[in-house]
Amino acid sequence: MNDHIDLDAFLHTDPRDVGCEEATEALHVYAELYAADPQAARTRYPGIAAHLKACGPCSTDFEGLLALISE
Amino acid sequence: MAVDDATEQWLADLRATGATRDAAHARLHDLLLRAARTETNRRANRLRLTGVEVDDLAHQAAADAMLAVLAKLSQFRGESRFTTWAYRFVVFEVSTKLGRHFWTRNPAVPLDGIAWERVPAVFGFSAEREAEWRELFVVFRHAVENELTDHQRQIFQAIVVDGVPLDALRVRLGTNRNAIYKVLFDARRKLRAVLVAKGHLPEER
Repeated sequence: MNDHIDLDAFLHTDPRDVGCEEATEALHVYAELYAADPQAARTRYPGIAAHLKACGPCSTDFEGLLALISE
Repeated sequence: MAVDDATEQWLADLRATGATRDAAHARLHDLLLRAARTETNRRANRLRLTGVEVDDLAHQAAADAMLAVLAKLSQFRGESRFTTWAYRFVVFEVSTKLGRHFWTRNPAVPLDGIAWERVPAVFGFSAEREAEWRELFVVFRHAVENELTDHQRQIFQAIVVDGVPLDALRVRLGTNRNAIYKVLFDARRKLRAVLVAKGHLPEER
């Protein structure tokens, strides 16, 4: 298993990234939109999409929320 | 904002008094506990949690999610189903409980000083190919030691070198996820700028 961190990817930051607080505040809205149409969610909330791509903890929360509403 | 019938019912029952409200609280706790069990189980394999730990953490997460949902009920704006909004607190509380749980499994992580001999392996730099990465690594280390603040270095060391989960670190430092993310975000940006300026990384990906 290759579990090292890619330095280039790790150091890349997206200026659209809204951070954990804003992403968490809107995660329920983003998740419902994403469940219906992932591309529409990414287009409407690019800052949240950028954040979830970079933040492991928020991404894990999002995956869990998505799984719960998709049950 | 118009809400679905189920959401409307949840809000009416939770805002009621007496037996109606008590029954709604019981239903809400059942809902949150089921969600917390599902979410804790989803993460259990990766974290090698036992069945007892899963159940204990799920109960703790559900209890705190319940408190958060009731405390913030007036802030619910109907932008999603009520249950989706409530589940948001569950996943976050599961993260918090698992962050706290990390320290019961790993009490000896020191959080002081960067073990530089371990950093090449963190980034997949092998000893056989040292000639290819040595110069970049010298620049990177110099930037970490001279461009980052003490706090940024501490966060970098804990998360990147020692592999401490961000939620475990926020519990240990008594701060929030966003504060740590922002510190690391700024550190990543600084380090990248140095490596780009020295020609070790491209300007844009």
